[in-house]
Amino acid sequence: MSMNLLAVFVENKPGQTARVTRILAENGVNICWVTIASSGHFGVMKFLVDKQEQAVASLRAEGLMVSLPEVLAVEVENKPGSLRGVAELLEQHSINLDNCSGFVANNRAILVVETQALAEARAVLEQQGFQLLSQEQMQRL
Amino acid sequence: MFWDHEVETLPRPGLEKLQLERLQETVRRVAARVPFYQQRFAQLGLKPDDIQSLADVRRLPFTTTGDLRTTYPHGLLAVEPGQAVRLHTSSGTTGKPKALFFSRRDVETAADQMARSLVMTGLTPNDVFQNMMGYGLFTGGLVMHYGAERVGCLVIPAGPGTSERQLMLMQDFGTTAVHILPSYALYFAGFLEQKGLDPRRDLKLRKAYVGAEPHTEETRQRIEQALGCDVYNSYGLTEMNGPGVAFECEHKAGLHLWEDNYLMEIINPATAEPTRNGEVGELVLTSLRREAMPLLRYRTRDLTSLIPELCACGRTHRRLNRIAGRSDDMLIVRGVNIFPQQIERVLMAVPQVGRNYVIQIEGLDNLTVKAELSAGAFDGKVEHVAALEQQLTEKLRAEIWVRPKVELVPAGALPVAEGKAKRVIDKRVL
Repeated sequence: MSMNLLAVFVENKPGQTARVTRILAENGVNICWVTIASSGHFGVMKFLVDKQEQAVASLRAEGLMVSLPEVLAVEVENKPGSLRGVAELLEQHSINLDNCSGFVANNRAILVVETQALAEARAVLEQQGFQLLSQEQMQRL
Repeated sequence: MFWDHEVETLPRPGLEKLQLERLQETVRRVAARVPFYQQRFAQLGLKPDDIQSLADVRRLPFTTTGDLRTTYPHGLLAVEPGQAVRLHTSSGTTGKPKALFFSRRDVETAADQMARSLVMTGLTPNDVFQNMMGYGLFTGGLVMHYGAERVGCLVIPAGPGTSERQLMLMQDFGTTAVHILPSYALYFAGFLEQKGLDPRRDLKLRKAYVGAEPHTEETRQRIEQALGCDVYNSYGLTEMNGPGVAFECEHKAGLHLWEDNYLMEIINPATAEPTRNGEVGELVLTSLRREAMPLLRYRTRDLTSLIPELCACGRTHRRLNRIAGRSDDMLIVRGVNIFPQQIERVLMAVPQVGRNYVIQIEGLDNLTVKAELSAGAFDGKVEHVAALEQQLTEKLRAEIWVRPKVELVPAGALPVAEGKAKRVIDKRVL
């Protein structure tokens, strides 16, 4: 049930997103979801892709630094208060969120959650009946 | 293992007697043949016969880099121009280079002391020696080549080619020893890693000789780990024959300086007074065997200290500590003296830091240290990279007393030099 993103460490300068996505495109990798965070002179791009192994190999072959951080993909109801429900549940257990993003696809609402306390967060969410999506499920949304 | 057991283990009184004979011979030689030294001797009222003991070396004039430039190209020749058989130059970052001539005997002496140095680390005629230093005017190529050939190794004069080609040679010919710049050794290790190669499994490397760039013990350990072989520190300078002036033995505990070929002094660079045993100072060398272009009391600008104790290997030639820096590499930032090696030591001791770095100074003394993040250290989290930068800033501040800006960059983002690495970029307009 684990879910990993593809993270790429790059310099924060023009052309980096183009460079990374060009490599992915040339290797026939489709991007399902993306976020780019920058901090001063560097940035981290995170992707959910359809062919992860191929993406990792082709990026590394071009000398890029890649890692596969584990995240939680939580499915919530597509209605007001859903995010709040997750947030309050985690708050009750003093679990801090590091990076978080969300989207709606085909009327399904998905939260992508990063936290230091991954195992604990997973247990708490599953106990409360939240569905955590696997990599394959995410790719088929 | 010994190349020349007798000379290498000559008891000190015999060695010092030999040094004095050669010093006197050198002084007589330049007094008879080199107008530059004739003038200096005349100014000092000095005659060759005044040199009666090794301590009398202090009566001789210094020779500086500046002297080599002002006498360029032929001013310090002690043979007829026709008797020189080889020219090397030492690159100058500004203006003319320094020209150094070798007679036939000088080429022999250089090869012989190089062979001694290599055999001292355990190199044998069965080794396959890939010389990855630049051939040409730089001594690191040819002088090392002659030495390894003299040992009887198969020598591959690879020069500084692309990593692909270096790797092909290593694999096709079973290279067991390399001569390589420390900065390039780290880069090459990264290249192997990217290819999915493990040097311990996929190469036959046993030994790497690194020199031509000052580097720290931390860097040596990094290279040993990354290439899976023993790494030996080589010290030399073109003005004194190139590599092999001082070299580590199998104990890797300081560099034996070949005292039958050089007379060393370590002085306080500001006062020119000798330092006491063990204190760091500038290394000053007088060549004792150079024929074409002997130099008296050459100010190397390299900072080091003497290890007074004898080495367990049994050699009587004394050891120098690893070069702590070159006096003209010293940076003054916000009024504080900083050596690039201090920064390197901090960086290379942190496993999350990769293999390449540069130091930039610009504007009003703003010091920026850019270092590559090591491949395993990236876990996808922006905040972890930022925290590591913060941690490095604090470690550096504690070492150099100036707070630098630390920027971690992806592996491969910093330029890789073909020759000596350019670690310091000073953009200040002074």
